Amino acid sequence: MKFTDTLQETYSALLSNKVRSGLTVLGIVIGIGSVIAMISIGQGAQNSIESNIQALGSNLIIVMPGAQRGVGIQVSSGRGSATTLTNEDATAIEQGVGGVQAVAPDLSSRYQITAKGTNTNTSVDGVTPSYSQVRNITVETGDFISDQNVKSVSRVAVIGPTVRDDLFGEGIDNDSVIGQTIKINKILFTIIGVTKAKGGSGPSSQDDMIFVPLSSAQKLLVGSERLSTISIQAIDQGSMADVQTQVTDLLLQRHNISDPTKADFSIMNQSDIVSSASSITDTLKILLGSIAGISLIVGGIGIMNMMLTTVTERTREIGLRKAIGAKNKDISTQFLTEAIVLTFVGGFLGVLFGWLASLLITKFSSIATQVSSSSILLAFGVSALIGIVFGYYPARRAAGLNPIEALRYE
Amino acid sequence: MIECKNISKTYSDGEVTPVLKNISFKIDDGEFVAIMGPSGSGKSTLMHILGALDTPTSGKYFLDGIDVSTMSDDQLADVRKNKIGFVFQSFNLLSRATVLRNVALPLVYAGIEPLEREERAKKALVQAGLDESRFYHLSNQLSGGQMQRVAIARALVNNPSLILADEPTGNLDTKTGDIVLHTFQTLNQEQKKTIILITHELYVAEHANRIIHIRDGVIIEDKKNDNKRFVHHTHIY
Repeated sequence: MKFTDTLQETYSALLSNKVRSGLTVLGIVIGIGSVIAMISIGQGAQNSIESNIQALGSNLIIVMPGAQRGVGIQVSSGRGSATTLTNEDATAIEQGVGGVQAVAPDLSSRYQITAKGTNTNTSVDGVTPSYSQVRNITVETGDFISDQNVKSVSRVAVIGPTVRDDLFGEGIDNDSVIGQTIKINKILFTIIGVTKAKGGSGPSSQDDMIFVPLSSAQKLLVGSERLSTISIQAIDQGSMADVQTQVTDLLLQRHNISDPTKADFSIMNQSDIVSSASSITDTLKILLGSIAGISLIVGGIGIMNMMLTTVTERTREIGLRKAIGAKNKDISTQFLTEAIVLTFVGGFLGVLFGWLASLLITKFSSIATQVSSSSILLAFGVSALIGIVFGYYPARRAAGLNPIEALRYE
Repeated sequence: MIECKNISKTYSDGEVTPVLKNISFKIDDGEFVAIMGPSGSGKSTLMHILGALDTPTSGKYFLDGIDVSTMSDDQLADVRKNKIGFVFQSFNLLSRATVLRNVALPLVYAGIEPLEREERAKKALVQAGLDESRFYHLSNQLSGGQMQRVAIARALVNNPSLILADEPTGNLDTKTGDIVLHTFQTLNQEQKKTIILITHELYVAEHANRIIHIRDGVIIEDKKNDNKRFVHHTHIY
């Protein structure tokens, strides 16, 4: 039997029961569609987290107070209990460690910010001028925090574009924001600059931030000399490991700690952060994908159910086909083709449906999604596989029917 | 030519039941034979063996000189495809397909090109006496007599050595049954087709040229039909 004939038989067989074929296909559409949509959410989350991390700066090493146990997990990291990093540590690193491009100590805290009746709650970061270099921050209008600002404990602030929009309304131009005053923790600060948008969303976005001089944050806002992080930029990728070792040794020595496992600080470099973040998002993707995969299996069982019903219903037809010369292989090919065509149509519609769903998710929520070509290929492969797996048993059953008994079947 | 030599068939379903006991006969090309017997006589089992749907437990069955009795499933399928045309009591047409597609179905399995399929299907339908206006109807829009003629055309389309008709008039009233029997007679006389008619009715069997009478798995009579019935054209068309 020729392939085109098989397809034609399949076409007329599936169309002869449109409702049933349609409902069966719907099961696959939902399965494939949700796999595509779920994986696109996971992929989108991974991309946005990775771009947030890359936006932090390049060749970056970050020192945090508190001991670290395992990647990404800090014990006793609350700033109230671990106030082990000081301005002096930062100065010592800058002066005593080779291969360092710049050192940027900072103190970060969340405050309620008010301006002319509007208010927002955001992260206020006390920084030195080198922070803009280390953390890759560009000022779009005005100036960044200067050495002079830090020395004189100035009440000046550089705001991110998200903060600008939150406080002054969307669409306001930067020039009219410069010189305005905002209240951070009830203390007046004058805006001297607005940073350029970096993209990214969520609490780690660097667009939703206010920068003030480090000294102002320590003396006026927090009231303590401590630091929340020291960001160190190595001169190049190759010297990062060396810098990390030197910084560790220096800080252990400065803090009088002989046992490195009892260090009161932790050091992470950028690739650690990226890998720990992607291990989280990978888990997320697997979780979402497997939830969707379950619905795909349910869809596959729907196919098998329909095919078994069809085989029973068409027993006499199978008997006739055998009587006029169809071989077992012809019969099994026909039923297997029906199952595969069902899943393939379902797979195709499912990809469209999943794509549409992920576009809608991006449009109506803050989650950026990304449909990858690999997930489309995967979905198509899986749907064809489901057709074969769940169509195989019914097809075998049809082919194995005895023609005499099949012709007698009532 | 068909030759059966000492054919026996037993079913062993717990206990052994002999259905056909040592049956031998020959049918020459161009014969029109009725195999007659009551239900349970073994005539259906014999039909299945003659139609290469089943193989005998012992004995030999030669179809055109080829031994069919020991063939595998796939080989039997090839024999059915190339040498045998079936006509069933309940027509067994694909209801959702057109008349032409039903008739052309055996050619699909024979791997014939679509254009030739259509041509041969039309020719077979003309031979079976179906009006051309019905060719593109769905088969479930036809009357019983028309359906059986479509089935006859389907049996003819592969140009088989043997047409096997299993109670072809069983689901039809006497008048349309006569039309179908007339069609078989015409095919036998004018086209020299070999036809085996399986029936339990003497009236139907008497349309054939030779009657093989079978009862309890043995042939009790095999003779030329001396008072052959003819269906008159006048009340057919």
